[in-house]
Amino acid sequence: MKVKSIFNTMEYGLAPESSAVANEWLDQNKRKFKLYIDGQWLTPLSTRYFETISPATRKPIAKIAEANVADVNMAVMAARKALPKWVKLGAHSRARYLYAMARQIQKHSRLFAVLESIENGKPIRETRDIDIPLAARHFYHHAGWAQLRDTELKDYKEIGVIAQIIPWNFPLLMLAWKIAPALAMGNTVVLKPAELTSLTALLFAQLCEEIGLPKGVVNIITGAGKTGAAMVDHIEVDKIAFTGSTEVGRIIRKATAGTGKKISLELGGKSPFIVFDDADLDSVVEGVVDAIWFNQGQVCCAGSRLLVQESIAEKLFSKIKLRMEKLRVGDSLDKSIDIGAIISLEQLNTIERLVKIGVEEGGKVWQPSWKCGEEGFFYPPTLITNVAPASTIAQEEIFGPVLVAMTFRTHPEAVKLANNSRYGLAASIWTENINLALDVAPKIKAGTVWINCTNVFDAASGFGGYRESGFGREGGKEGLYEYLKLISDDQKQPSVTKNRPKILAHKLADSSSLPSIDRTIKLYIGGQQMRPDGGTSRAIKSVSGENIAWVSEGSRKDLRNAVEAAIAATSWTLMTGHARAQVLYYLAENLIQREEEFANRLMALLGVSKLEASNEVRLSIERIYTYAAYADKYDGQVHHTLSRHVTMAMPEALGVMGIVCPKEAPLLGFISTVIPALAMGNRVVVIPSETAPLSATDLYQVIETSDFPAGVINIITGNQHELSGVLARHDEVDGVWYFGTKEGSKIVEDAAAENMKRTWVNNGKQRPWFELPNGQEQQFLRQATQIKNIWIPYGE
Amino acid sequence: MAAEKFKLIEYRNPGVAFDINLIDPIRINRSAVERRAATMGTRRSVKKDWQAAWLLKAITCIDLTTLGGDDTHSNVLRLCIKARHPVRADILKALGMQDANIQVAAVCVYHNLIEAALLALEGSSIPVAAVSTGFPAGQISNEQKIEEIKKSVLAGAREIDIVISRAHVLRGDWKALYEEVKMFRNTCGEAHLKTILETGELGTLTNVAKASYVCMMAGADFIKTSTGKAAVNATLPVSLVMVRAIRDYHERTGIKVGFKPAGGLQKAKQAIEWLILIKEELGDAWLTPSLFRFGASSLLGDIERQLEHFVTGRYAASYRQPMA
Repeated sequence: MKVKSIFNTMEYGLAPESSAVANEWLDQNKRKFKLYIDGQWLTPLSTRYFETISPATRKPIAKIAEANVADVNMAVMAARKALPKWVKLGAHSRARYLYAMARQIQKHSRLFAVLESIENGKPIRETRDIDIPLAARHFYHHAGWAQLRDTELKDYKEIGVIAQIIPWNFPLLMLAWKIAPALAMGNTVVLKPAELTSLTALLFAQLCEEIGLPKGVVNIITGAGKTGAAMVDHIEVDKIAFTGSTEVGRIIRKATAGTGKKISLELGGKSPFIVFDDADLDSVVEGVVDAIWFNQGQVCCAGSRLLVQESIAEKLFSKIKLRMEKLRVGDSLDKSIDIGAIISLEQLNTIERLVKIGVEEGGKVWQPSWKCGEEGFFYPPTLITNVAPASTIAQEEIFGPVLVAMTFRTHPEAVKLANNSRYGLAASIWTENINLALDVAPKIKAGTVWINCTNVFDAASGFGGYRESGFGREGGKEGLYEYLKLISDDQKQPSVTKNRPKILAHKLADSSSLPSIDRTIKLYIGGQQMRPDGGTSRAIKSVSGENIAWVSEGSRKDLRNAVEAAIAATSWTLMTGHARAQVLYYLAENLIQREEEFANRLMALLGVSKLEASNEVRLSIERIYTYAAYADKYDGQVHHTLSRHVTMAMPEALGVMGIVCPKEAPLLGFISTVIPALAMGNRVVVIPSETAPLSATDLYQVIETSDFPAGVINIITGNQHELSGVLARHDEVDGVWYFGTKEGSKIVEDAAAENMKRTWVNNGKQRPWFELPNGQEQQFLRQATQIKNIWIPYGE
Repeated sequence: MAAEKFKLIEYRNPGVAFDINLIDPIRINRSAVERRAATMGTRRSVKKDWQAAWLLKAITCIDLTTLGGDDTHSNVLRLCIKARHPVRADILKALGMQDANIQVAAVCVYHNLIEAALLALEGSSIPVAAVSTGFPAGQISNEQKIEEIKKSVLAGAREIDIVISRAHVLRGDWKALYEEVKMFRNTCGEAHLKTILETGELGTLTNVAKASYVCMMAGADFIKTSTGKAAVNATLPVSLVMVRAIRDYHERTGIKVGFKPAGGLQKAKQAIEWLILIKEELGDAWLTPSLFRFGASSLLGDIERQLEHFVTGRYAASYRQPMA
């Protein structure tokens, strides 16, 4: 009779995936899990365990150990101890281990899929078809990079011990994104899964045992925020890789400021999903499903802000509503659902709270007519229209199945709305017009831009954010650098002293070539020499102690004006690499003409020999040539990702950069830092060496005769320490390079946490500017750019 | 020829005026369509009793077809008897469906075999469908096409599966396509018009969508993917594009048009995927032989085997299913 009734109604029935395989595994482990440290399962020194539950049923699954500071210490020390052997093992052996991990994940894919679905609440379809295959793919891809490290990345070596903290939304995939590149590049790791989703990481640890991975190379410890904080603070940790909320990312940025620890952060987002009037609207609707109802919308790059061209908005909204009515929410193991359970009651409450705020602020909420079950943390798919950028829910990450929609009138307005966000993780652009798509994609501030698709991933492509979505990339060649350092970085360098650098020679300059003493050198802002706002100047002494010039004492207001000028100078960024190269070559040409004058200046300032001074000038000229040459050659890649997809990795200029120049080499230090930033299309605000700024200020005239558009280079002399703090706290500055003191490095990194601007600091160590590769390396270009991956599926 | 004698399609599409403004803006993104099609069968799962019920539904939607140069009275007779008794009685009984009048939707043959089929189907409510208008290539004169439809209708075919002139599509002459199909529609009279687009020859999915819409404007009661004679026949992406066009047409006019994938449908699993596609994109109202058909010859055999497996728990052998 059952068949007959179904025949008449044609309803979907129950299609549960069996949980037997997971239960069996859980029972084998007595539903209680210890810490995986140094290849052993250790009882936590904390003696504490916490419970993990299934969000779809609210039922407890297992008990998980909580690592305290002492446990963290053991794990970190195990990783430290394992490092030399792991390094010595060599590229090929490491490749084999990574390959074995990929095979193990595939071999146990069903267990992984079921376990992850039970603990996370996400649909079994997603773990089975997306999460687990992508995780295996990540290990395969990086097994390849492990093999190729020593040929493809010759100048680099591992960083050391990596602490990795991952979120609950893609537990195994995030583990893969973290562990695979770290191990492939020769590092050892301590990884902490999110406290809500520890199980698949623990299963992965068992597989590490299974394949005979050397002890201590991978350590998996469990716990919550406190455990993570202990990892961040541990002195033996060389780098922290974090994926999670911007709030926690900011804490980590501040906690590590000035410590010399490297960090990469993959944080939140409020990614725009832009629909132009010529898009295939039915496909757009499915794109929306993939954007915001994938993984219950708990995706950092979820397309959560729908921007629709006004002319088609109503039509699209009604299509989306029709589709929403057909979505199914339910038990994560049901094979016929689109949306599973929200991770926790707390998260469910957050979603409900934000939607309530949305309503209070005038948003129109639309939800399907059906109701969700009560047995789990379910929330229905939700569309909110009548929203504007000023609405809370248009700015705040909801991290749930809630889509907010806004309309735009023109293409430029779409770009403006898209970029009206603190975040910059991803964007999705829908149009059948390739001219429009490729015009808009570079204008969106986001690390990933999907054209006519969304939430598409592959190990061969980098993923990561702009702005407050964090920095660093995961996947692709660009992601490897997060786990590498230059071999030359290991050279011991002397600290930058508070005093003027050591005087190398004593032969005094011919005083007849020096400017007269009463000359006051202004600031250089927006292509003009400007008096300082504060009306004060400071004397600059020659090596013999006489005042040779007065330079302006720049203030925060001058700096603000300089940043304004740099913001306006967008034409530089839009120029071709070739055109920028021409300007830089011209700069070199003009400098050649005044070679002697610049050499004399160095002699006077530093007391160096004529030979040494000339050497610095000539090296500066050569370096300008180098970066001018790179201007149209440091380009991107087309990644091998999915079939019939072009995935373009494009290096883009950061935008406005602040550069605090080293004092070790007044001219060469300026050139070595400013020119690569310019070559990549950045506009710069430069704070030259405090003690010897004249080599920079002498450049005003050279710059003026070299065809730089106004505002591309701005130079503010004055107190470096004070000014660099102002730069780092300026939210319109996209990146700061700092080559000063240790304290200054800390101030810069700490202040940068607010808007997550890119920083590159020297931690108070001198850089041998005259030497290669330290003084001139591709690293300068990499630090001056960020990679945007643009995905273009094709086929007619 | 009273209506009660034949299981007539209750829906008819009178067609609407030609409007190029509805055709020109149509854009289909192939990659996006393929992504959706790829998850059609993975987002929903139909198992056990549901699978059995859905497969029985699929049977009732089959246009059991033979379109061979070697067709004779004897194999058409075999086909028709199978059409009346598509599933072994013992299996139907085990499913509790012995009284549900499970039979296929229609029998589809060439003009020459209409008579044989009618004879074999006498006393049943199963209509005969005839392929027409120079099937499969359609490269004959308009007059011949009209004549062919007339003759088939006169011979007793209740459904006419015509092929469109692909040239109209490939040349972008939508008005000509409209006029052609409209003419066929008028010629059909009471008989229902199924319009074969032969999507494998239309070049792009955008062409498929535009042709679908033009045919519906011209009064097609069904739009059908393929003849089964081309290199590429019914695929899920093509079907997705066509059913979305049907949905649009319905939203705009209130008229329900049927859909018929044909060619290459051989497995029960495919039948489920297509039913999911229809349910998801068009809704339950379309899950009826009046609005959905499979054009297939060997699909039925695989479905029978799956049903037997459901009933007995044993994997079934094809030689134990009566052949068509």
